[in-house]
Amino acid sequence: MVQAIAFYAFAFVTIAAGVMVVSSRNPVHSVLYLILAFFNAAGLFVLIGAEFIAMILVVVYVGAVAVLFLFVVMMLDINFVELRQGFMQYLPIGALLGLILLVELFFVIGIWSFLEDGSMLTAVIPVQNITNTHALGNVLYTKYVYLFQAAGLILLIAMIGAIVLTLRSRPGARKQKIADQLSRRSEDILDVVKVKEGEGV
Amino acid sequence: MEQLLKEYLPILIFLCIAVAMAVGMVIASFVIASQKPDSEKVSPYECGFEAFDDSRGQFDVRFYLVAILFIIFDLEVAFLFPWAISLGAIGMFGFWSMICFLGILTIGFVYEWRKGALEWE
Repeated sequence: MVQAIAFYAFAFVTIAAGVMVVSSRNPVHSVLYLILAFFNAAGLFVLIGAEFIAMILVVVYVGAVAVLFLFVVMMLDINFVELRQGFMQYLPIGALLGLILLVELFFVIGIWSFLEDGSMLTAVIPVQNITNTHALGNVLYTKYVYLFQAAGLILLIAMIGAIVLTLRSRPGARKQKIADQLSRRSEDILDVVKVKEGEGV
Repeated sequence: MEQLLKEYLPILIFLCIAVAMAVGMVIASFVIASQKPDSEKVSPYECGFEAFDDSRGQFDVRFYLVAILFIIFDLEVAFLFPWAISLGAIGMFGFWSMICFLGILTIGFVYEWRKGALEWE
């Protein structure tokens, strides 16, 4: 009972937030609605028992990807009023894409219900009495060690790629050099001068 | 499955309380406060002008670099959670495979440090 109410509440807010992402006037508001949609999707994942995915959704998507989207929105120099001019012009192709996606969804659901043992395909943790995260940890680092290391290499490449693409040195910019600051001594920079009376320095 | 969801029940209750309080405050301020709007009162008067333009300015691309480096280390932490839970079961091999993974990312971290990507000017 509570489960059903929670499902409908989360699902309704997810879809409403999704609609607002697309239709919101201000792109920053769109990103905020996207964060709301992520949170509610995390609630849905908890309801089907995939708590690790729910946790990752909050940690990675809400924490990092949404921030990235926000930065992209702020960095792009797009005139959003101008961008919105062609709404009617692009409406047919957008509607067509949405329709294709809907038909595909129906195919997926239809095939699933035709299958004799469709329930075999649903994500069920094979080992009972074990948490989701535990089950993942038991195989990820030993059985799938090569894929795991490949993930590490991909992250390394992403890091290097981001630095190569966006880091540029600016000549003339003054950086703080902490070592220089710390190694400065008062004898090197400060002179005590005896000033004769009436003459000045 | 039922057991799992029972553990999440307190979070759901807290969520309901939070939503109820937020919505309640907004509604209460509508209902209780006396409101006599007129066109001058609701206009943006304090700054003198109607807004000419969007308030968004362009950001420096350096912020993006910081955000993307944050995502990468965030994902690294995501890999650490299951490892920490099942470290007892996966033995030395699992331990060293994670150390190797962390070593690969440390190479990236050293690169980023030496390049000065973390420095602000």
